[in-house]
Amino acid sequence: MPIIETKNLTKKFEKMTAVDKLNLQINEGEIFGLLGPNGAGKTTTLLMLVTLKPPTSGTATINGFDIVKQADKVRKSIGIVFQDPSSDEILTGYENLKLHGWLYDMPSDLREERIKEVLELVELTDRRNDRVKKYSGGMRRRLELARGLMHHPKILFLDEPTLGLDPQSREHIWKYIENLAKEKNMTIVLTTHYMDEADKLCDRLAIIDKGKIAVLGSPIQLKKNLGGDIIRLKAKTLDIDVLKNLPYVKNISPCDGEVCLTLEDANTHLQEILKLVGKVDSVEIRSPTLDDVFLHYTGRAMREGSPEGNWTEKMMNASEKT
Amino acid sequence: MSELKGIYALWYREMKVFLRERSRVISSIINPLLWLLIIGGGLGSAVSFEGYDVMTFIFPGVLIQTALFSSVFFGVYIVWDKKIDFMKEVLVAPMRRTSLFVGKIIGGSTDTLLQILILFAIGIIFTIIGIMPGLQLTFFSITMSLVFLLVTTAGLVSIGLIIGSQMESPEGFQLIISFVIFPLFFLSGSLFPITNLPKWLAPFIYVNPVTYAVDGIRGALLGTYQFSLLFDLALISLFTLIMILIGTYAFKKMKL
Repeated sequence: MPIIETKNLTKKFEKMTAVDKLNLQINEGEIFGLLGPNGAGKTTTLLMLVTLKPPTSGTATINGFDIVKQADKVRKSIGIVFQDPSSDEILTGYENLKLHGWLYDMPSDLREERIKEVLELVELTDRRNDRVKKYSGGMRRRLELARGLMHHPKILFLDEPTLGLDPQSREHIWKYIENLAKEKNMTIVLTTHYMDEADKLCDRLAIIDKGKIAVLGSPIQLKKNLGGDIIRLKAKTLDIDVLKNLPYVKNISPCDGEVCLTLEDANTHLQEILKLVGKVDSVEIRSPTLDDVFLHYTGRAMREGSPEGNWTEKMMNASEKT
Repeated sequence: MSELKGIYALWYREMKVFLRERSRVISSIINPLLWLLIIGGGLGSAVSFEGYDVMTFIFPGVLIQTALFSSVFFGVYIVWDKKIDFMKEVLVAPMRRTSLFVGKIIGGSTDTLLQILILFAIGIIFTIIGIMPGLQLTFFSITMSLVFLLVTTAGLVSIGLIIGSQMESPEGFQLIISFVIFPLFFLSGSLFPITNLPKWLAPFIYVNPVTYAVDGIRGALLGTYQFSLLFDLALISLFTLIMILIGTYAFKKMKL
């Protein structure tokens, strides 16, 4: 039986449907990713699963409990690291963790033991008595990660765990998340709009677009399903029709003013393709990435770069929503 | 047991914040002091209210003013808190919404009462050095005033929390100052006697629960009541009780 199961989970805001009849099954112990561009409905899905936003219709069970009817039992089974900061910056790192221990009703000796343990894991032991205000963004993120794990939840939700972090911290956190899933058999559900993060971390992932699942599978499988390699051609005039009849070309699609071909064994066929299309400005051969998977299933390239969590923008939108 | 621990956690956090954010505390005391000294001193040079000098007469009102601003702001702050701050962590913890509400009331009330106590101490000093003659400082008068302030503060924190829990963005904040805090303050008789009010004004004053808190404290500290101690206390307690009930409900319905 899956540890998380959503049944037609739907969230509508006034004019738009943020999450549209989502059906997902997530198994115990896996790292599951929700990948998608900004505004795809990832965070809304997560907030519904952690009982902070009620679904408009449909429901989900987590660890066997219903997210609407048994919200407090769900909250006992989970830990979450939010996208926006949720630690108290006037308190020290240690005090934030202590509050967490109280809120989760941990016995004091266990609490102190775990605080020590998680602080070591995220390498903040020597900064434990500094106020969070003095932490860097990455340190604060690590502290909140430590806090989310402190009560050993069965399921850990991570909303854009490495958003805005430097490469070193990202590597660090990835390694840590992997270890957790392996050693503690923790189920981890994360949202991300970073392709590399999803590719590296997730056992399985769902590409979410406009509130719906575009495709679901393991990163390797998803890339393999595209079939072979990708050739990207750039030319002033390009006759696509001649390529369409080639038996080994699986897919042709325009991308960013160029043309992308998906085909098996690109190295052998390149010569023939170039002969057919004539003069080209540039050619690129590569293995498919999750970007290509995304493009293939949604027909659009994923807009990377502008990260979510822009506070002023969100405040402006907040009054329109719900 | 676990709920008590959670409530304690919330209170502990408020106390740490109170002790560490001293500038906030200082500014919240300076404002009422200016009212007391400038309005009280300035107006007092020309008139007196019911035989009391103005500064003494408005001292209970200034205590209430502190309670009003500090506690309503405290409550409304959760509209920020739940977006960018610690509140989300609490909302997702396995703790009842009722306990969260109780924890917030206790935290906010302690916070506000500590500020009031500082102001009270300044009032006592003013009385002793003769700036503000006429305060009756007895064990009874001080205890009674504090009881009134405690009950009122709890009710006012609840108002703030109710508004804050239902607001989804902080944009309406100015409206709350204009439509909640200022009317409650100015229509309470904090700054003037309510014995000879114009007919059009009187109803507004009588429906304002804060009026009865001011009357009770003024009665205790100055010995001049419009109503009676018991009536005032009963009314303000009823107000607070109702606010707490509404607040409990509002917190259960709270959205992120």
